[in-house]
Amino acid sequence: MRYLPLTPDDRAAMLARIGAKSIDDLFVDVPSAAVVDRGRFALPDGMGELEVERHLSRLSAKNLAAGSAAFFCGSGAYRHHVPASVDHLIQRSEFLTSYTPYQPEISQGTLQYLFEFQTQVAMLTGMEVANASLYDGSTAAAEAVEMARRITKRAKVVLCGGLHPHYAATITTLAQLSGGEIIAAPRRPGQGEDLASLIDGETACVVIQSPDVFGLLHDLRPLAEAAHAKGALLVAVLNEVVSLGLLEAPGAMGADIVAAEGQSIGNGLNFGGPYVGLFATREKFLRQMPGRLAGETMDAAGRRGYVLTLSTREQHIRREKATSNICTNSGLCALAFTIHLSLLGEEGFARLARLNHARAVLLAERLGAVRGVELVTQNFFNEFTLRLPRPAEAVIDALVEENVLGGVPASRLFPGDSAAQSLLIVAATETNSTDDIETYAHALAKVLS
Amino acid sequence: MTMNNQGRPTTPGTAGATLPDTLSGDHGLDHEEKLIFELGRRGICGVDLPEAPAHKARLGGLERRQKIGLPGLSEPEVVRHYVRLSRNNYAIDAGLYPLGSCTMKHNPRLNEKMARLPGFSDLHPLQPQSTVQGALQLIQELMHWLMELTGMPAVAMSPKAGAHGELCGMLAIKAAIAARAEHRPRVLVPESAHGTNPATAAFAGFRVDQIPASGDGHVNIEALRAKLDSDVAAIMLTNPNTCGLFERRILEVAEAVHQVGAFFYCDGANFNAIAGRVRPGDLGIDGMHINLHKTFSTPHGGGGPGAGPVVLSKALAPYAPLPLLVGDANGLRLVEDRSSLPTNSDPFGRMCAFHGQMGMFVRALSYMLSHGADGIRQASEDAVLSANYVLASLKDVMTAPFAEGPCMHEALFDDSFLADTGVTTLDFAKAMIDEGYHPMTMYFPLVVHGAMLIEPTESESKESLDRFVAVLRGLAQEAKAGRLERFAGAPHYAPRQRLDETAAARRPVLRWTEAKIAQAAE
Ligand SMILES: Cc1ncc(COP(=O)(O)O)c(C=O)c1O
Repeated sequence: MRYLPLTPDDRAAMLARIGAKSIDDLFVDVPSAAVVDRGRFALPDGMGELEVERHLSRLSAKNLAAGSAAFFCGSGAYRHHVPASVDHLIQRSEFLTSYTPYQPEISQGTLQYLFEFQTQVAMLTGMEVANASLYDGSTAAAEAVEMARRITKRAKVVLCGGLHPHYAATITTLAQLSGGEIIAAPRRPGQGEDLASLIDGETACVVIQSPDVFGLLHDLRPLAEAAHAKGALLVAVLNEVVSLGLLEAPGAMGADIVAAEGQSIGNGLNFGGPYVGLFATREKFLRQMPGRLAGETMDAAGRRGYVLTLSTREQHIRREKATSNICTNSGLCALAFTIHLSLLGEEGFARLARLNHARAVLLAERLGAVRGVELVTQNFFNEFTLRLPRPAEAVIDALVEENVLGGVPASRLFPGDSAAQSLLIVAATETNSTDDIETYAHALAKVLS
Repeated sequence: MTMNNQGRPTTPGTAGATLPDTLSGDHGLDHEEKLIFELGRRGICGVDLPEAPAHKARLGGLERRQKIGLPGLSEPEVVRHYVRLSRNNYAIDAGLYPLGSCTMKHNPRLNEKMARLPGFSDLHPLQPQSTVQGALQLIQELMHWLMELTGMPAVAMSPKAGAHGELCGMLAIKAAIAARAEHRPRVLVPESAHGTNPATAAFAGFRVDQIPASGDGHVNIEALRAKLDSDVAAIMLTNPNTCGLFERRILEVAEAVHQVGAFFYCDGANFNAIAGRVRPGDLGIDGMHINLHKTFSTPHGGGGPGAGPVVLSKALAPYAPLPLLVGDANGLRLVEDRSSLPTNSDPFGRMCAFHGQMGMFVRALSYMLSHGADGIRQASEDAVLSANYVLASLKDVMTAPFAEGPCMHEALFDDSFLADTGVTTLDFAKAMIDEGYHPMTMYFPLVVHGAMLIEPTESESKESLDRFVAVLRGLAQEAKAGRLERFAGAPHYAPRQRLDETAAARRPVLRWTEAKIAQAAE
């Protein structure tokens, strides 16, 4: 086996040093009933690189890769162009094959990029502090709700109607464990939310997503005011962080905690994971935050350096009193995020956001002009919802025949909701050429005719 | 007198410990590197993007009013910055990384290449399922491997790391108990458990009841029995355990736990010691997460991402979270909601958006296919052999509290060999850095004083192990001989000397701010 450096002679010499007759002697504590014989498993024999490549390439080829079609899916995962240097840099051995930076003297590379990542996330969201990442946007949202409940010591959680349903489900799964009470606002695709009336003196937090799952943008300010007036916190959720290149930061609109999916920057679609959860809040809530934090300090020679800090919040110190059980996070995806955002800079990030918006505006115009199609979302960033004259799922399936991945039918996200049947959620990014958009418009007209 | 590059004075008493002996402050290949925010400027960008064509904005008046404050840099500057940062990291590719419990084994680059095949990496999680059949087949194949290797009938694939897998297991247990209309608020966790175990149980709304240590590194079965009652939901037991031992009375544990109607959750972080040789399903467990980022070599990436699929017994399988993968006449299908559940399925909910860590699944399957079942067994055996070799080679100069029998994949030492030397476990670990090694896991598990947990993994040659052993033997002898200069103040040869963690926590600086520069310039 190419990955195993020990030779049979080595093994024999090592057993001799140990004073064991055979490897079996080292497994004496295993009950004999539980010992499995060689060859017992219904599993294949080992393969060389070539065979593994052949096998996995065959599986890969059975999928329709986004890049091989005119592609318009969003709904929580977005296809952006990631510069070549990002993937090159994150594959450097020193980043890829290191562990959590528990020994800071020989982990300054990781610690410094985490410090840069935290700074970027705080800047983007308009918040004071950010952590070193959580698993993804949905778990970040669930952690945000748990944190709000700890801070306010209240049980009620109001979820906006436009919250991504997977996020709502993740939040609900977690919140119910500890007596949380979930109040979900009605779904009104493309329309404003009326959440203020759902907030009362028992409300821990209101969760608002903007752009929401239908693409609609919301002004968080009135909601922040309404929440704060009742002593509740405002949790802002984002699926698409590129929107922050153009839109007001949730922190500037009064959010207390921001939980976002960071996949769009630096990370590919990867069929849903790994992604990177962004988590930011106000300094006064720092000690209630989940996850790791990198902090600045000095070494014994007075040189600036970085360490993991405030770990008295975390499971390895605090055990059952920890703010979260998270340990492994999304380090390498956070690095990809940080490198990509560094390449973009202020100017590039704003331009990227404008480009996304322009593409989406053009797409909305072209698709909205197709007979029988109605644009449901009037104000949006790079994603919007259409009402089709037919069930969207069948339309999407028919579009595959035209080599168009035309978006996500709302029925996939809200099964059983008859009002969702005809809704289609469509996204456009800088990766969509004008040709792609024309192809889509023609294909849609054809499929609907 | 030394000033750091922010212009602030050093901590008193340490000034001048290492004066920069070069004009630049750099030392050959060892470069000091500023923060990206201190390198950038306005008017430059590392990505060429066209300006957006004219369009009528539809932002509803919610445009950003303030600049973000991101620096501008060209591509070569960004590349250089992160390459320089990378050189301040230790890595398994560069040397033995004996972090116990963390399993720093070789990360094959084939796996990276496979994960980047466009049919996996450039696939949207909500594309029509007819267009992702190959991806679903890959997940199914990985599920088969995991169920076969563990001897368990079901596996939940969406958990994103070990701790998330623990939560998945505890939620399945909670659902199973609720289905029986029982009230079981308590979860038993041994003192030696990893911190995520009690944190998870508490997160899941259980009361954590600690089982005291036994003194021989194994679970204290009498103490366990004394705590078992009809209000116990589960035990969370790590096997092989965090002392690096196989729980030899595990069948009795399973029986006792089941006798009171509780469930047996196993922390499978250490599955890499027994994979291919022992099936956890034969040990009476009800649920176990598998850290693909440990046992199956997906890279740790400086702290993540990972993946923590959870194998489940027949009793827990119905409660596995959404989504589920099922096969029918049209191929494979993801069940994403409760409207089309297979029979006997009653999911407790959803752990996260989408379907799990696909990128990690590809890597793990690539590793499994490369090894085959026998290769996985050989890897486990080599990992155990190497740990025992290290244990046998060091136990006369270091102190191994539980070394009357063999260990599994990691060798545990305590600090009694350092008694009266003035050297602590921390000092010893930092001296290892000067010798070119990443230290072992320190001060974990908590049941051993000054613990040093060494996990060499199967990826080291005998020569590499011999060199490592020689260095540790040498350090142990130096400590006993009172040569404190090797330990006090170590490391001396790392990019940084010891860092002031107390100061970092007392006045947390968690981000760069422009104000700080102004402040520093005063
Ligand atoms: C014994 C043990 N249990 C649980 C975990 C948690 O796993 P993860 O970091 O993947 O969440 C770890 C590793 O960190 C571990 O060593």
